[in-house]
Amino acid sequence: MKLTVWTYEGPPHVGAMRVATGMEGLHYVLHAPQGDTYADLLFTMIERRGKRPPVTYTTFQARDLGSDTATLFKDACLAAYERFKPEALIVGASCTAELIQDDPGGLAEALGLPVPVIALELPSYSRKELFGTDETFYQLCRALAKPVDRTPEVSCNILGPVGLGFRHRDDVVEVTKLLDAMDITVNCVAPMGSRPSDLARLGAAHFNVVLYPEHAENAARWLEREHGQPFTKTVPIGTQATRRLVDEVAQISGQAANLQDDDLRQPWWSASVDSTYLTGKRVFIFGDATHAMAAARVARDEMGFEVCGLGCYNREFARPLRALAKEFGVEALITDDYLEVEHAIAEAAPEMILGTQMERHIGKRLGIPCAVISSPVHVQDFPARHSPQMGVEGANVLFDTWVHPLVMGLEEHLLTMFRDDFEFSDAAGPSHHGGHAPVPPAPEAAAPTKAAPAPKSIEDLVWVPAAEKELRKIPFFVRGKARRNTELFAAEQGVSEISVETLYEAKAHYAR
Amino acid sequence: MNDHTPLGCNAAPVLKERGQHEVFCGLTGIIWLHRKMQDAFFLVVGSRTCAHLLQSAAGVMIFAEPRFGTAILEEGDLAGLKDANDELDREVARLLERRPDIRQLFLVGSCPSEVIKLDLSRAAERLSQAHAPNVRVLNFSGSGIETTFTQGEDACLASMVPELASTDAANLLLVGALPDVVEDQARALLSDLGIDNVQVLPGRRADQDPEVGPNTRYALLQPFLGDTAGALDKRGAQRIAAPFPFGEEGTTLWLKAVADAFGIEADHFDRVTAAPRARARKAVAAAAQTLSGKRIFFMPDSQLELPLARFLTRECGMEAVEVGTPFLHRAIMEPELDLLPGGARLSEGQDVEKQLDRVRADQPDLTVCGLGLANPLESEGLTTKWAIELVFTPVHFYEQAGDLAGLFARPVRRKALLAAQPAEVTP
Repeated sequence: MKLTVWTYEGPPHVGAMRVATGMEGLHYVLHAPQGDTYADLLFTMIERRGKRPPVTYTTFQARDLGSDTATLFKDACLAAYERFKPEALIVGASCTAELIQDDPGGLAEALGLPVPVIALELPSYSRKELFGTDETFYQLCRALAKPVDRTPEVSCNILGPVGLGFRHRDDVVEVTKLLDAMDITVNCVAPMGSRPSDLARLGAAHFNVVLYPEHAENAARWLEREHGQPFTKTVPIGTQATRRLVDEVAQISGQAANLQDDDLRQPWWSASVDSTYLTGKRVFIFGDATHAMAAARVARDEMGFEVCGLGCYNREFARPLRALAKEFGVEALITDDYLEVEHAIAEAAPEMILGTQMERHIGKRLGIPCAVISSPVHVQDFPARHSPQMGVEGANVLFDTWVHPLVMGLEEHLLTMFRDDFEFSDAAGPSHHGGHAPVPPAPEAAAPTKAAPAPKSIEDLVWVPAAEKELRKIPFFVRGKARRNTELFAAEQGVSEISVETLYEAKAHYAR
Repeated sequence: MNDHTPLGCNAAPVLKERGQHEVFCGLTGIIWLHRKMQDAFFLVVGSRTCAHLLQSAAGVMIFAEPRFGTAILEEGDLAGLKDANDELDREVARLLERRPDIRQLFLVGSCPSEVIKLDLSRAAERLSQAHAPNVRVLNFSGSGIETTFTQGEDACLASMVPELASTDAANLLLVGALPDVVEDQARALLSDLGIDNVQVLPGRRADQDPEVGPNTRYALLQPFLGDTAGALDKRGAQRIAAPFPFGEEGTTLWLKAVADAFGIEADHFDRVTAAPRARARKAVAAAAQTLSGKRIFFMPDSQLELPLARFLTRECGMEAVEVGTPFLHRAIMEPELDLLPGGARLSEGQDVEKQLDRVRADQPDLTVCGLGLANPLESEGLTTKWAIELVFTPVHFYEQAGDLAGLFARPVRRKALLAAQPAEVTP
């Protein structure tokens, strides 16, 4: 039993729904009690879909238990088939139905429906949403992808986009452009955008481009094994990764590496003098492993930020993330406990967070700006405009999105020069964010609920009033860093009382 | 208010349906209950799905560390119930240590905890003893196999009734969790009428919970509190039957029933209510211009459907095509059914696909439905009103009558505003 307040991932059957909802011609019959239909609103409200997810819920009640829940399932299955006439059905159980052990797969099989029926085993009490997407797509490929001849022209599949994905719609467009420029045809985009009959022809492609390993790694490995299709390992988020993907695709396909980079503005925007102020901005990065790792590389190598924290909530990808964190010289944070993440962010006192909707809220509480880079998402992460993360335009979007929450270059200097001017007060926040000034940290945020073991020496430090006052003159967006650096410095020096002098000695020590 | 349409709906046939229910489970009630009861914590003993439901239903509305959480059952807990109980005790102890401000803890049963027969009432007894006198531990079920949406509040309040202190005083008990501002308005109105010994279930804090006894009379503020009413009856309290205080008419009839029970003079009643009644009528009239003559279809959701259909038909000039309710509690709804004009199709329970077929056939001007159905129906060209807003918004009593009508008028007005550009919907 684990006490949870907010979760990064839903149960695994929600992952299956994300796969099914992205597709056409597939229907999901879910053995589930009343109430589990809440998941529909994720798609109709957050993603603003104009169609209900293709899911039928059996909606069993207490009075059905022990009597005829199996019949209820069979009836629901038949009715769903009759009404929706899908090309294929997936069937499974939500957490409660898993306990009553009705065997949806066996029951559906016995109905003898004239379409493929794929049974999903998604253990609700040990696995989560991302396992659900990956496993569902893998099972669909296994059941539906038939041996077929390769297309005469060089072609590939794009694997990984699902319903409720962070910018999946737009990423597919960008990656398709990259492939177009290399004369590579897209055979199938899956799961989102495909039909079961399209999955049958997956094997016609020469190779696979995997955009989101969280949703498609198992399927890609199986296709590699069974259909001899190599797959790409680079996730093209950022200019450098985009170039690396183009090279990787060239190597796999034998086509010439060609990147249409006329519209690529991110490198120059980053190099131009106005961006100097971005240098060494301390960012804390948290999300799903793929997006977090990609963001960390872009932050350091393309924006000139300093990555002061890196983590992910999906344990399945902990290993590569740990390796990258090590390379960056930070400790990897692998957790799905949002209180732990909040605590780590408060400790690191970054100037910006790159995170999920959860970190956006944490940032709001702590008064730290945040840009969203990963699921879990909310309605505002589905913009009306084209807003990819991947490819050429994706790199441009990253630059804009990550710079927007920050105080701008000249403004930063003005804040320092005129820090006593009431109009430049902390509460004002970045001038281009009318009405969205960062709020001072709430008292409860200052006292993290889970105390991390801080070195005893730092706990014992005392700020003399004059130093505390001097610290308050430092602009809010660097104050946390100044406090932390000063305390670290004092602890290292064995000083127990921090004076104004200590503060400026620390400043000199950490000067860069 | 004496204009009872002769043909009410009490004798009308009710279409009873079984099939896919597109409704929330009772856990959802925690989202408003935990804000109402400021020293209470709601601990759902359930699965990741329960936690995800609460998070999705609450959305961005609240992101302070909330006074609710889910103790997520893991594989080990399913293997042995003894271990699950130990785990629960440990999690509760940890929680109460972290939140010393908590005075009442509700253990909330879920589908999985019901199916594995985890006995939360015994757990509550055990934990009550362990943490007395600082914390009172109660339990109720918000599981989807037993409760629908607002029934969670009913189960919660019913669980509190046996614990309420006894009294012989002739007090008035208002039952239902309303926003504080609305509750204060109700108290002020009752005080002006001369009824002062008024208490509310639930109290805002544990030490403000009401007392109950044989001289207690109680009035329901919400139509979905059948079990709570039953529990109060067992304590000897007497229910004041009335329509629910929605709209000018509903509020007046509700107040009148209470006033009559307390022997308030009719003249005095009229004097006290005249001004707010006039205000409410004026406010409703503004929205009624938009709503008059429009046809409305209620999908089952909160059990507020019947009283709202009564308000919208009688005060806003709408025509009810179908009034669906997840559960029809006849005894409580009788005054509402008497008022509801005949002609509406009444339905109880749901088979969502069949009901959507009826919506498409009826082509109502406004469909009241859950969040999962609203955008899909809009994309088919229908106009919808999210039902969940009706339980999250102050809508009771005179001063909110105009707001209540406005909630229904807004989507209709918006559709008219955007009419110049027919929506092109990307599914």
